[in-house]
Amino acid sequence: MKIIVLMKQVANKDAILRINKEATWIEEADLSFEVSESDGYALEEALRVKEKVGGEVVVCSMGPQRVKSVIKDALARGADRAIHVVGDNLGHLSPYATASALADAIRDEKPDLVFTGLQSDDFGYGQTGVILAELMGLPHATIAIEVDATGEKLRVKRELESGWYQWYSMPTPALLTIQSGISQIRYATLKGIMAAKKKEVKEVTPAAEIGGRPSHQRIAKVYLPQKSKQTQLLGNGDAKAGAAELAQKLHTEARVF
Amino acid sequence: MSNGILVFIEHRSGVLNKTSLEALAGAQALAGQLQQEITAVVVGSDVSGLAQEIAGYDLAKVLTASNPKLADYTPDGYTDAMEHVIKQLDPQLVLMPHTYLVRDFAPKLAARFGKSLISDCIRAGVAEGSITFTRRIFLGKLDADVVSDGESPVFATFQSGAYRPDQAAKGDGAAVEEMAVEVREIRMTPEAPFQEVKQAVDLSKADIIVAVGRGIKSKDNLALAEKLAEVLGADLAASRPICDAEWLPIDRQIGSSGQTVAPKLYVALGISGAIQHLVGMKNSGTIVAINKDPEAPIFDIADYGIVGDLFEAVPVLTEEIKKIKGLN
Repeated sequence: MKIIVLMKQVANKDAILRINKEATWIEEADLSFEVSESDGYALEEALRVKEKVGGEVVVCSMGPQRVKSVIKDALARGADRAIHVVGDNLGHLSPYATASALADAIRDEKPDLVFTGLQSDDFGYGQTGVILAELMGLPHATIAIEVDATGEKLRVKRELESGWYQWYSMPTPALLTIQSGISQIRYATLKGIMAAKKKEVKEVTPAAEIGGRPSHQRIAKVYLPQKSKQTQLLGNGDAKAGAAELAQKLHTEARVF
Repeated sequence: MSNGILVFIEHRSGVLNKTSLEALAGAQALAGQLQQEITAVVVGSDVSGLAQEIAGYDLAKVLTASNPKLADYTPDGYTDAMEHVIKQLDPQLVLMPHTYLVRDFAPKLAARFGKSLISDCIRAGVAEGSITFTRRIFLGKLDADVVSDGESPVFATFQSGAYRPDQAAKGDGAAVEEMAVEVREIRMTPEAPFQEVKQAVDLSKADIIVAVGRGIKSKDNLALAEKLAEVLGADLAASRPICDAEWLPIDRQIGSSGQTVAPKLYVALGISGAIQHLVGMKNSGTIVAINKDPEAPIFDIADYGIVGDLFEAVPVLTEEIKKIKGLN
């Protein structure tokens, strides 16, 4: 079974984000990056499926050369080879254009399964995987929390809202978007890191017309969220003093105990 | 010429998902400014009861997109049905609630029109005839105003809480029309929805909740939060990463995939406040946040905040509450 895992590099969760001069995006110059959280789970699930039924895991990431760190890490964890869709200004493509570029990059691989995380931690569109399924003519399921690929048909447990779940079955090839927490993510071993150096990383360039495709939506302005509440910040940097003050305020002002 | 606003009404077996009313309230707000009529669409095989219920709201028309293949939700079926409806109606704007179900099929639907969704919007406004949508990005750390190029149909989804369901205005009874829709092959087979285990813990009844997030760092550190919960008489809860790591059972998870709570006091320890968590607790009476990151979105909704190390703050807080309560 050939499984392609789409992994996106995003700004580190703990990074302090600075808005750019034009207020249209963030300053990316000094930013540290990491893999989008649910994409890490998508890779883990692909590796587990491969361990059960055999086959190959191919990781695919799109972006400038810096995304090689995501690719190397995935190869070290056990992916067999990689496809890097290279380009410097691909981050602002619409989900449709992104999915089009990814479809072009992986179509000829004829995968049995395509896994992505359920949404990225930067734009948070939550669409690229589903659009890709449509463009490749694949059935899909989103927010997968358990995958059984051992039978004739693929069986997927989907998370619904408020603690409900539902199993769907479908033929392969198929595309799944994977929910965070589906399993515990493995660490790369030293052996894995060494082995990764010999694994194939194929670079492809998206077709020129992808960038020219109308995106139908444009970010006009990026800003800090308006606060919906006036927060009383206590302690002024001294956490212990803040805690003592908080206890008093909860008792006398908010009267919650 | 494209005209009108189409609102997708979500249901399970004919029972309304109330988030749909939030999308309807959003549609009503925009309809006034754009001078457009609203059509609501209910997809299913036998949904006339729900259609009648929706017809009581202030809108022009309720459409039932019906086909026997639509009895159970599948992304293939719903996409075909909605594609059919949109091609018939040619609306300017298609609005949907940003639910798990909509997330499952709506990108596929938009792709049929060569487009993406403007997804998970927290508000929308009209200026000089064009709509600006606002989305949260970077897990809630920043907001982005997104302008559509106006080419119809524009697809947008509203985050739960963007509007209140009771904001949806009632009307004098809209017409209900049935539209038989074409549905092609459905490739996926759903089984019956189920709940994992009977929820052992019902946090929705809790008066006080102490919730922990990623900032607690290790399972051993939970003892800190447990002590605070004990002196407050609170229930212990968590954000998703804690339950994913199995440091606490999943029935203690607050947020869109867990429980929704509104206690009189909610103490968030080391929780950054991703939207998936906030939707589950933002209606709490008093919200306290202790987090080392001053930019954490949890502070946007907190009444009291401490920017600092929770490992310093929590033991002091616990001791001080004990003193005030006379528990020493």
